[in-house]
Amino acid sequence: MNPWLIVLIKSAVLLLVVITSFAYAMLAERKVMGWMQMRPGPNRVGPWGLLQPAVDAVKLIMKEDLTPNTADPLIYRLAPFISLVTAFSVYAVIPFSEPAPGNLWAIGNVNAGILFVLALTSIGVYGISLGGWASGSKYPLLGSVRATAQMISYELSMSMSLIGVLILAGTTSLAGIVDAQHRLWFVIPQFVGFAVYLITAVAETNRAPFDLVEADAELVGGFNTEYSGLRFGLFFIAEYINMLTVSCIATLLFLGGWSPVAGLSIIPGVAWFVAKVALFMFVYVWLRSTFPRIRYDRLMAFGWKVLLPIAMLNLVVTAIVVAFTG
Amino acid sequence: MILFWGLAIVLIGSAVWVVAAKKPVHSVVGLLLHFAALAILYLSLSAEFLAVVQIIVYSGAILVLFLFVIALLSSGVAPFSMGPNRMPKAAVPAAILALIALGLLVYGVSRGVPAHPVPIAAAAPAGPVGAPGVFGSVADFGRALFTTNLLPFEITAFILMVAVVGVVLLAGEAVPYVPSRKRARRAEREMREAALRGGERQ
Repeated sequence: MNPWLIVLIKSAVLLLVVITSFAYAMLAERKVMGWMQMRPGPNRVGPWGLLQPAVDAVKLIMKEDLTPNTADPLIYRLAPFISLVTAFSVYAVIPFSEPAPGNLWAIGNVNAGILFVLALTSIGVYGISLGGWASGSKYPLLGSVRATAQMISYELSMSMSLIGVLILAGTTSLAGIVDAQHRLWFVIPQFVGFAVYLITAVAETNRAPFDLVEADAELVGGFNTEYSGLRFGLFFIAEYINMLTVSCIATLLFLGGWSPVAGLSIIPGVAWFVAKVALFMFVYVWLRSTFPRIRYDRLMAFGWKVLLPIAMLNLVVTAIVVAFTG
Repeated sequence: MILFWGLAIVLIGSAVWVVAAKKPVHSVVGLLLHFAALAILYLSLSAEFLAVVQIIVYSGAILVLFLFVIALLSSGVAPFSMGPNRMPKAAVPAAILALIALGLLVYGVSRGVPAHPVPIAAAAPAGPVGAPGVFGSVADFGRALFTTNLLPFEITAFILMVAVVGVVLLAGEAVPYVPSRKRARRAEREMREAALRGGERQ
Protein backbone atom coordinates (compact mmCIF):
# COMPACT_ATOMS: atom_id res chain seq x y z
CA MET A 1 0.00 0.00 0.00
CA ASN A 2 1.06 3.58 -0.57
CA PRO A 3 3.08 4.65 2.50
CA TRP A 4 1.40 8.07 2.51
CA LEU A 5 -1.99 6.41 2.70
CA ILE A 6 -0.88 4.31 5.66
CA VAL A 7 0.34 7.40 7.48
CA LEU A 8 -2.94 9.14 6.73
CA ILE A 9 -5.03 6.24 8.07
CA LYS A 10 -2.84 5.92 11.15
CA SER A 11 -3.13 9.65 11.84
CA ALA A 12 -6.92 9.56 11.53
CA VAL A 13 -7.21 6.60 13.89
CA LEU A 14 -4.81 8.15 16.36
CA LEU A 15 -6.69 11.45 16.26
CA LEU A 16 -9.90 9.63 17.20
CA VAL A 17 -8.17 7.67 19.96
CA VAL A 18 -6.56 10.80 21.43
CA ILE A 19 -9.81 12.79 21.31
CA THR A 20 -11.71 9.97 22.98
CA SER A 21 -9.07 9.59 25.66
CA PHE A 22 -9.28 13.33 26.25
CA ALA A 23 -13.04 13.13 26.71
CA TYR A 24 -12.85 10.26 29.15
CA ALA A 25 -9.80 11.62 30.95
CA MET A 26 -11.91 14.68 31.70
CA LEU A 27 -14.84 12.59 32.90
CA ALA A 28 -12.52 10.43 34.99
CA GLU A 29 -11.03 13.54 36.53
CA ARG A 30 -14.42 14.86 37.55
CA LYS A 31 -15.47 11.47 38.90
CA VAL A 32 -12.27 10.88 40.89
CA MET A 33 -12.27 14.41 42.24
CA GLY A 34 -15.88 13.91 43.22
CA TRP A 35 -15.03 10.80 45.21
CA MET A 36 -12.07 12.49 46.85
CA GLN A 37 -14.41 15.28 47.96
CA MET A 38 -17.18 12.89 49.12
CA ARG A 39 -19.64 13.62 46.30
CA PRO A 40 -20.76 11.48 43.36
CA GLY A 41 -19.45 13.56 40.45
CA PRO A 42 -21.33 13.73 37.13
CA ASN A 43 -23.96 10.97 37.12
CA ARG A 44 -26.99 12.33 35.24
CA VAL A 45 -26.23 11.79 31.54
CA GLY A 46 -26.21 8.15 30.53
CA PRO A 47 -25.41 5.27 32.84
CA TRP A 48 -22.90 6.32 35.50
CA GLY A 49 -22.47 9.67 33.73
CA LEU A 50 -20.68 8.05 30.82
CA LEU A 51 -22.29 10.25 28.16
CA GLN A 52 -21.32 13.48 29.91
CA PRO A 53 -18.41 14.29 27.50
CA ALA A 54 -20.74 14.11 24.48
CA VAL A 55 -23.16 16.55 26.09
CA ASP A 56 -20.32 18.88 27.05
CA ALA A 57 -19.05 18.85 23.48
CA VAL A 58 -22.49 19.75 22.11
CA LYS A 59 -22.76 22.57 24.64
CA LEU A 60 -19.39 24.04 23.66
CA ILE A 61 -20.13 23.81 19.94
CA MET A 62 -23.56 25.45 20.27
CA LYS A 63 -22.25 28.42 22.23
CA GLU A 64 -21.69 31.73 20.51
CA ASP A 65 -18.13 32.45 19.43
CA LEU A 66 -17.37 35.96 20.66
CA THR A 67 -14.48 38.18 19.66
CA PRO A 68 -13.95 41.24 21.88
CA ASN A 69 -13.78 44.64 20.18
CA THR A 70 -10.35 45.31 21.59
CA ALA A 71 -8.97 41.97 20.40
CA ASP A 72 -6.46 41.51 17.64
CA PRO A 73 -8.70 39.42 15.37
CA LEU A 74 -6.06 37.49 13.42
CA ILE A 75 -3.99 36.33 16.38
CA TYR A 76 -7.04 35.89 18.60
CA ARG A 77 -8.39 33.34 16.13
CA LEU A 78 -5.00 31.75 15.45
CA ALA A 79 -3.92 31.12 19.05
CA PRO A 80 -6.18 28.18 19.97
CA PHE A 81 -5.09 26.37 16.84
CA ILE A 82 -1.40 26.80 17.68
CA SER A 83 -2.10 25.17 21.04
CA LEU A 84 -4.13 22.33 19.61
CA VAL A 85 -1.99 21.52 16.56
CA THR A 86 1.25 21.35 18.54
CA ALA A 87 -0.48 19.23 21.18
CA PHE A 88 -1.67 16.74 18.56
CA SER A 89 1.51 16.69 16.45
CA VAL A 90 3.52 15.19 19.30
CA TYR A 91 1.68 11.91 18.82
CA ALA A 92 3.34 11.48 15.42
CA VAL A 93 6.45 10.11 17.13
CA ILE A 94 5.13 8.37 20.25
CA PRO A 95 5.39 4.57 20.04
CA PHE A 96 2.61 2.73 21.88
CA SER A 97 4.03 -0.77 21.84
CA GLU A 98 6.99 -2.83 20.73
CA PRO A 99 7.73 -2.09 17.05
CA ALA A 100 7.20 -5.30 15.09
CA PRO A 101 8.01 -5.92 11.45
CA GLY A 102 5.19 -4.46 9.42
CA ASN A 103 3.66 -2.75 12.43
CA LEU A 104 5.52 0.15 13.93
CA TRP A 105 2.90 0.96 16.60
CA ALA A 106 3.67 4.61 15.84
CA ILE A 107 3.21 6.95 12.90
CA GLY A 108 6.89 7.61 12.54
CA ASN A 109 9.98 6.19 14.22
CA VAL A 110 11.97 9.40 14.42
CA ASN A 111 15.55 9.11 15.53
CA ALA A 112 15.51 12.39 17.42
CA GLY A 113 12.10 11.44 18.90
CA ILE A 114 12.40 12.96 22.36
CA LEU A 115 13.92 16.14 20.94
CA PHE A 116 11.01 16.41 18.52
CA VAL A 117 8.58 16.17 21.44
CA LEU A 118 10.45 18.87 23.38
CA ALA A 119 10.52 21.11 20.32
CA LEU A 120 6.77 20.85 19.81
CA THR A 121 5.88 21.37 23.44
CA SER A 122 8.08 24.46 23.45
CA ILE A 123 6.01 25.87 20.58
CA GLY A 124 2.82 25.11 22.51
CA VAL A 125 3.60 28.08 24.78
CA TYR A 126 2.73 30.44 21.93
CA GLY A 127 -0.91 29.40 21.91
CA ILE A 128 -1.37 30.56 25.49
CA SER A 129 0.83 33.66 25.40
CA LEU A 130 -0.50 34.92 22.07
CA GLY A 131 -4.08 34.10 23.04
CA GLY A 132 -3.80 36.12 26.22
CA TRP A 133 -2.15 39.06 24.49
CA ALA A 134 -4.58 39.11 21.57
CA SER A 135 -7.64 39.22 23.85
CA GLY A 136 -6.93 42.90 24.43
CA SER A 137 -7.93 42.85 28.08
CA LYS A 138 -5.91 42.97 31.26
CA TYR A 139 -6.58 39.66 33.01
CA PRO A 140 -5.80 37.52 29.99
CA LEU A 141 -2.61 39.55 29.43
CA LEU A 142 -1.50 38.97 33.02
CA GLY A 143 -2.36 35.29 32.69
CA SER A 144 -0.39 34.91 29.51
CA VAL A 145 2.67 36.77 30.83
CA ARG A 146 2.63 34.46 33.83
CA ALA A 147 2.23 31.46 31.57
CA THR A 148 5.18 32.45 29.44
CA ALA A 149 7.46 33.06 32.40
CA GLN A 150 6.38 29.86 34.12
CA MET A 151 6.71 27.68 31.05
CA ILE A 152 10.16 28.96 30.05
CA SER A 153 11.40 28.50 33.60
CA TYR A 154 10.14 24.97 34.03
CA GLU A 155 10.94 23.84 30.50
CA LEU A 156 14.62 24.27 31.30
CA SER A 157 14.52 22.01 34.36
CA MET A 158 12.36 19.55 32.44
CA SER A 159 14.88 19.19 29.61
CA MET A 160 17.71 18.96 32.13
CA SER A 161 15.93 16.15 33.98
CA LEU A 162 15.50 14.20 30.75
CA ILE A 163 19.14 14.42 29.66
CA GLY A 164 20.13 11.99 32.43
CA VAL A 165 17.87 9.37 30.82
CA LEU A 166 19.32 10.12 27.39
CA ILE A 167 22.86 9.62 28.71
CA LEU A 168 21.93 6.26 30.23
CA ALA A 169 20.08 5.10 27.12
CA GLY A 170 22.64 6.45 24.67
CA THR A 171 19.95 7.32 22.13
CA THR A 172 17.32 9.97 21.51
CA SER A 173 14.89 7.59 19.82
CA LEU A 174 11.85 6.89 22.01
CA ALA A 175 11.68 3.21 21.02
CA GLY A 176 15.43 2.95 21.66
CA ILE A 177 15.04 4.43 25.14
CA VAL A 178 12.37 1.85 26.01
CA ASP A 179 14.62 -0.94 24.69
CA ALA A 180 17.45 0.31 26.90
CA GLN A 181 15.21 -0.28 29.96
CA HIS A 182 14.64 -4.00 29.40
CA ARG A 183 16.65 -4.86 32.51
CA LEU A 184 16.00 -1.90 34.79
CA TRP A 185 13.46 0.88 34.47
CA PHE A 186 15.16 4.25 34.48
CA VAL A 187 12.95 5.40 37.34
CA ILE A 188 15.38 3.62 39.69
CA PRO A 189 18.80 4.98 38.62
CA GLN A 190 17.23 8.30 37.66
CA PHE A 191 14.89 8.78 40.62
CA VAL A 192 16.05 12.39 41.04
CA GLY A 193 15.41 13.08 37.37
CA PHE A 194 12.02 11.39 37.66
CA ALA A 195 10.98 13.53 40.62
CA VAL A 196 12.09 16.71 38.85
CA TYR A 197 10.31 15.64 35.67
CA LEU A 198 7.09 14.89 37.50
CA ILE A 199 7.03 18.33 39.16
CA THR A 200 8.01 20.22 36.02
CA ALA A 201 5.47 18.28 33.97
CA VAL A 202 2.65 19.50 36.21
CA ALA A 203 3.97 23.06 35.96
CA GLU A 204 4.51 22.82 32.23
CA THR A 205 0.91 21.79 31.60
CA ASN A 206 -0.32 24.57 33.93
CA ARG A 207 -2.21 22.22 36.19
CA ALA A 208 -2.94 22.64 39.89
CA PRO A 209 -1.04 23.35 42.13
CA PHE A 210 0.87 25.28 39.44
CA ASP A 211 -2.20 26.67 37.61
CA LEU A 212 -1.21 30.30 38.21
CA VAL A 213 -2.03 30.89 34.56
CA GLU A 214 -5.74 30.56 35.15
CA ALA A 215 -5.84 31.39 38.86
CA ASP A 216 -9.58 32.05 39.02
CA ALA A 217 -9.41 33.87 42.34
CA GLU A 218 -7.11 36.60 41.02
CA LEU A 219 -7.30 36.52 37.22
CA VAL A 220 -10.98 35.60 36.52
CA GLY A 221 -10.07 32.83 34.08
CA GLY A 222 -6.53 33.73 33.11
CA PHE A 223 -5.44 33.70 29.50
CA ASN A 224 -8.74 32.25 28.25
CA THR A 225 -11.08 34.71 29.98
CA GLU A 226 -12.33 36.25 26.72
CA TYR A 227 -12.64 33.00 24.81
CA SER A 228 -16.00 31.32 24.47
CA GLY A 229 -17.60 28.40 22.70
CA LEU A 230 -15.49 26.18 20.54
CA ARG A 231 -12.35 28.32 20.75
CA PHE A 232 -12.35 27.94 24.52
CA GLY A 233 -12.95 24.25 23.92
CA LEU A 234 -9.83 24.02 21.75
CA PHE A 235 -7.65 25.41 24.57
CA PHE A 236 -9.34 23.01 26.96
CA ILE A 237 -8.66 20.01 24.70
CA ALA A 238 -5.05 21.11 24.21
CA GLU A 239 -4.50 21.25 27.97
CA TYR A 240 -5.73 17.70 28.51
CA ILE A 241 -3.83 16.39 25.50
CA ASN A 242 -0.67 17.96 26.87
CA MET A 243 -1.34 16.14 30.14
CA LEU A 244 -1.65 12.89 28.23
CA THR A 245 1.56 13.70 26.33
CA VAL A 246 3.71 14.32 29.38
CA SER A 247 2.25 11.14 30.93
CA CYS A 248 3.24 9.23 27.79
CA ILE A 249 6.76 10.67 27.93
CA ALA A 250 7.10 9.80 31.61
CA THR A 251 5.95 6.26 30.83
CA LEU A 252 8.37 5.85 27.94
CA LEU A 253 11.39 7.41 29.62
CA PHE A 254 11.08 6.28 33.20
CA LEU A 255 8.61 3.40 33.50
CA GLY A 256 9.80 1.19 30.67
CA GLY A 257 7.01 2.07 28.22
CA TRP A 258 5.19 -1.07 27.11
CA SER A 259 7.37 -3.52 29.06
CA PRO A 260 5.24 -5.67 31.37
CA VAL A 261 5.34 -5.69 35.16
CA ALA A 262 6.34 -8.95 36.90
CA GLY A 263 6.79 -10.84 33.63
CA LEU A 264 3.10 -10.71 32.77
CA SER A 265 3.76 -10.69 29.02
CA ILE A 266 0.38 -12.33 28.29
CA ILE A 267 -1.14 -8.87 28.55
CA PRO A 268 -0.20 -6.97 25.37
CA GLY A 269 2.23 -4.07 25.48
CA VAL A 270 -0.39 -1.50 24.55
CA ALA A 271 -2.42 -2.37 27.62
CA TRP A 272 0.62 -1.87 29.85
CA PHE A 273 1.33 1.42 28.17
CA VAL A 274 -2.23 2.65 28.66
CA ALA A 275 -2.23 1.47 32.27
CA LYS A 276 0.97 3.37 33.06
CA VAL A 277 -0.30 6.52 31.37
CA ALA A 278 -3.54 6.22 33.34
CA LEU A 279 -1.49 6.02 36.53
CA PHE A 280 0.13 9.37 35.76
CA MET A 281 -3.23 10.90 34.89
CA PHE A 282 -4.52 9.75 38.27
CA VAL A 283 -1.55 11.42 39.97
CA TYR A 284 -2.53 14.66 38.22
CA VAL A 285 -6.05 14.51 39.62
CA TRP A 286 -4.76 13.50 43.01
CA LEU A 287 -2.40 16.51 43.11
CA ARG A 288 -5.18 18.82 42.00
CA SER A 289 -7.56 17.81 44.74
CA THR A 290 -4.86 17.72 47.42
CA PHE A 291 -2.71 20.82 47.11
CA PRO A 292 -3.63 24.50 47.22
CA ARG A 293 -2.26 26.77 44.51
CA ILE A 294 1.24 28.03 45.33
CA ARG A 295 2.17 31.69 45.34
CA TYR A 296 3.66 33.12 42.17
CA ASP A 297 7.03 34.29 43.55
CA ARG A 298 7.45 30.93 45.31
CA LEU A 299 6.75 29.18 42.03
CA MET A 300 9.52 31.10 40.29
CA ALA A 301 11.97 30.73 43.17
CA PHE A 302 11.23 27.00 43.36
CA GLY A 303 11.80 26.53 39.64
CA TRP A 304 15.06 28.45 39.38
CA LYS A 305 16.65 27.99 42.79
CA VAL A 306 15.61 24.45 43.67
CA LEU A 307 14.61 22.38 40.65
CA LEU A 308 17.20 23.67 38.19
CA PRO A 309 20.24 23.11 40.45
CA ILE A 310 18.95 19.64 41.39
CA ALA A 311 18.42 18.74 37.74
CA MET A 312 21.89 20.05 36.83
CA LEU A 313 23.53 18.14 39.65
CA ASN A 314 21.69 15.00 38.57
CA LEU A 315 22.93 15.53 35.03
CA VAL A 316 26.57 16.05 36.06
CA VAL A 317 26.59 13.06 38.42
CA THR A 318 24.98 10.82 35.80
CA ALA A 319 27.48 11.96 33.18
CA ILE A 320 30.46 11.32 35.46
CA VAL A 321 29.18 7.89 36.52
CA VAL A 322 28.49 6.85 32.93
CA ALA A 323 31.83 8.24 31.73
CA PHE A 324 33.84 6.22 34.26
CA THR A 325 31.81 3.01 34.36
CA GLY A 326 29.90 2.75 31.10
CA MET B 1 12.07 20.64 -5.81
CA ILE B 2 8.42 21.61 -5.25
CA LEU B 3 9.14 21.46 -1.51
CA PHE B 4 12.13 23.74 -1.90
CA TRP B 5 10.31 26.40 -3.89
CA GLY B 6 7.25 26.22 -1.64
CA LEU B 7 9.45 26.68 1.42
CA ALA B 8 11.40 29.46 -0.26
CA ILE B 9 8.19 31.38 -0.90
CA VAL B 10 7.04 30.86 2.70
CA LEU B 11 10.45 31.87 4.04
CA ILE B 12 10.68 35.07 2.06
CA GLY B 13 7.02 35.91 2.61
CA SER B 14 7.26 35.49 6.37
CA ALA B 15 10.54 37.44 6.46
CA VAL B 16 8.84 40.34 4.67
CA TRP B 17 5.94 40.07 7.11
CA VAL B 18 8.34 40.31 10.06
CA VAL B 19 9.71 43.60 8.75
CA ALA B 20 6.47 45.03 7.44
CA ALA B 21 4.09 44.15 10.28
CA LYS B 22 2.81 47.17 12.19
CA LYS B 23 2.42 45.43 15.54
CA PRO B 24 5.52 43.83 17.08
CA VAL B 25 3.53 40.73 18.06
CA HIS B 26 2.62 40.16 14.42
CA SER B 27 6.34 40.27 13.65
CA VAL B 28 6.87 37.58 16.27
CA VAL B 29 4.25 35.37 14.63
CA GLY B 30 5.90 35.95 11.25
CA LEU B 31 9.27 35.02 12.69
CA LEU B 32 7.74 31.88 14.22
CA LEU B 33 6.47 30.85 10.80
CA HIS B 34 9.88 31.64 9.34
CA PHE B 35 11.69 29.43 11.86
CA ALA B 36 9.26 26.57 11.27
CA ALA B 37 9.77 26.74 7.50
CA LEU B 38 13.54 26.90 8.02
CA ALA B 39 13.38 23.76 10.17
CA ILE B 40 11.52 21.93 7.39
CA LEU B 41 14.18 23.10 4.95
CA TYR B 42 16.88 21.63 7.19
CA LEU B 43 14.90 18.38 7.36
CA SER B 44 14.76 18.22 3.58
CA LEU B 45 18.57 18.47 3.67
CA SER B 46 18.56 15.48 6.07
CA ALA B 47 19.91 17.62 8.92
CA GLU B 48 17.48 16.19 11.45
CA PHE B 49 19.22 17.33 14.60
CA LEU B 50 19.79 20.84 13.31
CA ALA B 51 16.10 21.12 12.42
CA VAL B 52 14.92 20.06 15.86
CA VAL B 53 17.45 22.22 17.67
CA GLN B 54 16.49 25.16 15.50
CA ILE B 55 12.92 24.83 16.79
CA ILE B 56 13.92 24.24 20.42
CA VAL B 57 16.43 27.08 20.64
CA TYR B 58 15.02 29.76 18.38
CA SER B 59 11.27 29.19 18.47
CA GLY B 60 11.11 27.66 21.92
CA ALA B 61 13.45 29.91 23.86
CA ILE B 62 14.61 33.05 22.10
CA LEU B 63 11.37 34.00 20.39
CA VAL B 64 9.34 33.37 23.55
CA LEU B 65 11.60 35.87 25.30
CA PHE B 66 10.96 38.36 22.48
CA LEU B 67 7.24 37.93 23.01
CA PHE B 68 7.66 38.24 26.75
CA VAL B 69 9.63 41.47 26.42
CA ILE B 70 7.15 42.90 23.93
CA ALA B 71 4.20 42.09 26.20
CA LEU B 72 6.01 43.69 29.13
CA LEU B 73 7.28 46.70 27.21
CA SER B 74 3.78 47.85 26.38
CA SER B 75 3.12 48.12 30.11
CA GLY B 76 6.21 50.28 30.69
CA VAL B 77 8.00 48.58 33.56
CA ALA B 78 11.08 50.19 35.03
CA PRO B 79 14.35 48.35 34.42
CA PHE B 80 15.31 46.03 37.23
CA SER B 81 17.96 46.85 39.78
CA MET B 82 20.54 44.33 40.85
CA GLY B 83 20.43 43.03 44.38
CA PRO B 84 23.40 43.31 46.70
CA ASN B 85 26.44 41.73 45.12
CA ARG B 86 26.78 38.25 46.62
CA MET B 87 29.16 37.14 43.91
CA PRO B 88 32.38 37.06 45.97
CA LYS B 89 30.85 34.42 48.25
CA ALA B 90 29.98 32.17 45.34
CA ALA B 91 33.22 32.85 43.50
CA VAL B 92 35.36 30.20 45.19
CA PRO B 93 32.96 27.24 44.79
CA ALA B 94 32.16 28.38 41.25
CA ALA B 95 35.84 28.57 40.38
CA ILE B 96 36.46 25.10 41.81
CA LEU B 97 33.53 23.65 39.84
CA ALA B 98 34.71 25.37 36.67
CA LEU B 99 38.21 23.97 37.16
CA ILE B 100 36.79 20.46 37.68
CA ALA B 101 34.74 20.81 34.50
CA LEU B 102 37.81 22.04 32.63
CA GLY B 103 39.82 19.12 33.98
CA LEU B 104 37.18 16.65 32.80
CA LEU B 105 37.14 18.30 29.39
CA VAL B 106 40.93 18.17 29.04
CA TYR B 107 40.91 14.57 30.26
CA GLY B 108 38.23 13.64 27.74
CA VAL B 109 40.04 15.32 24.87
CA SER B 110 43.47 13.94 25.79
CA ARG B 111 42.13 10.39 26.21
CA GLY B 112 41.12 10.67 22.61
CA VAL B 113 37.72 9.95 21.16
CA PRO B 114 37.07 6.70 19.31
CA ALA B 115 37.96 7.62 15.78
CA HIS B 116 34.77 7.59 13.80
CA PRO B 117 35.43 10.18 11.17
CA VAL B 118 32.37 10.88 9.09
CA PRO B 119 33.35 10.11 5.53
CA ILE B 120 32.70 13.00 3.22
CA ALA B 121 30.85 10.66 0.90
CA ALA B 122 28.20 10.24 3.57
CA ALA B 123 27.25 13.86 3.09
CA ALA B 124 24.83 12.69 0.44
CA PRO B 125 21.92 11.12 2.32
CA ALA B 126 22.47 7.40 2.02
CA GLY B 127 19.61 6.20 4.17
CA PRO B 128 16.51 7.37 5.98
CA VAL B 129 16.86 10.77 7.60
CA GLY B 130 18.40 10.59 11.05
CA ALA B 131 19.69 7.02 10.91
CA PRO B 132 23.05 6.70 12.70
CA GLY B 133 25.97 7.14 10.36
CA VAL B 134 23.91 9.25 8.00
CA PHE B 135 24.95 12.86 7.71
CA GLY B 136 23.02 15.08 10.08
CA SER B 137 21.99 12.46 12.63
CA VAL B 138 22.20 13.28 16.34
CA ALA B 139 25.25 11.07 16.93
CA ASP B 140 27.28 12.44 14.02
CA PHE B 141 26.33 16.00 14.82
CA GLY B 142 27.45 15.59 18.41
CA ARG B 143 30.69 13.93 17.39
CA ALA B 144 31.52 16.71 14.95
CA LEU B 145 30.64 19.37 17.51
CA PHE B 146 32.68 17.93 20.36
CA THR B 147 35.76 16.70 18.50
CA THR B 148 36.61 18.52 15.29
CA ASN B 149 34.91 21.76 16.25
CA LEU B 150 35.39 21.70 20.00
CA LEU B 151 37.42 24.89 20.19
CA PRO B 152 35.03 27.07 18.15
CA PHE B 153 32.14 25.59 20.18
CA GLU B 154 33.72 26.47 23.52
CA ILE B 155 34.71 29.92 22.31
CA THR B 156 31.15 30.59 21.17
CA ALA B 157 29.87 29.55 24.59
CA PHE B 158 32.39 31.89 26.22
CA ILE B 159 31.39 34.82 23.99
CA LEU B 160 27.71 34.27 24.81
CA MET B 161 28.57 34.23 28.50
CA VAL B 162 30.43 37.52 28.12
CA ALA B 163 27.35 38.96 26.43
CA VAL B 164 25.12 37.82 29.30
CA VAL B 165 27.40 39.34 31.92
CA GLY B 166 27.61 42.53 29.87
CA VAL B 167 23.83 42.84 29.66
CA VAL B 168 23.46 42.42 33.41
CA LEU B 169 26.13 45.05 34.04
CA LEU B 170 24.64 47.52 31.55
CA ALA B 171 20.99 47.11 32.49
CA GLY B 172 21.17 46.78 36.26
CA GLU B 173 22.23 49.28 38.88
CA ALA B 174 25.20 47.98 40.79
CA VAL B 175 25.05 47.79 44.55
CA PRO B 176 28.33 47.55 46.47
CA TYR B 177 29.28 44.24 48.02
CA VAL B 178 27.90 43.80 51.53
CA PRO B 179 29.46 41.02 53.57
CA SER B 180 27.01 40.35 56.41
CA ARG B 181 23.48 39.08 55.96
CA LYS B 182 22.04 41.78 58.18
CA ARG B 183 23.60 44.56 56.15
CA ALA B 184 22.55 42.84 52.96
CA ARG B 185 18.96 42.90 54.11
CA ARG B 186 19.22 46.56 55.10
CA ALA B 187 20.73 47.49 51.76
CA GLU B 188 17.94 45.63 50.01
CA ARG B 189 15.29 47.48 52.01
CA GLU B 190 16.89 50.85 51.35
CA MET B 191 17.05 50.02 47.68
CA ARG B 192 13.39 49.09 47.61
CA GLU B 193 12.41 52.29 49.42
CA ALA B 194 14.53 54.30 47.00
CA ALA B 195 12.76 52.61 44.10
CA LEU B 196 9.37 53.41 45.67
CA ARG B 197 10.31 57.07 46.15
CA GLY B 198 11.48 57.16 42.56
CA GLY B 199 8.10 55.78 41.52
CA GLU B 200 6.26 58.54 43.41
CA ARG B 201 8.20 61.25 41.67
CA GLN B 202 7.16 60.06 38.24
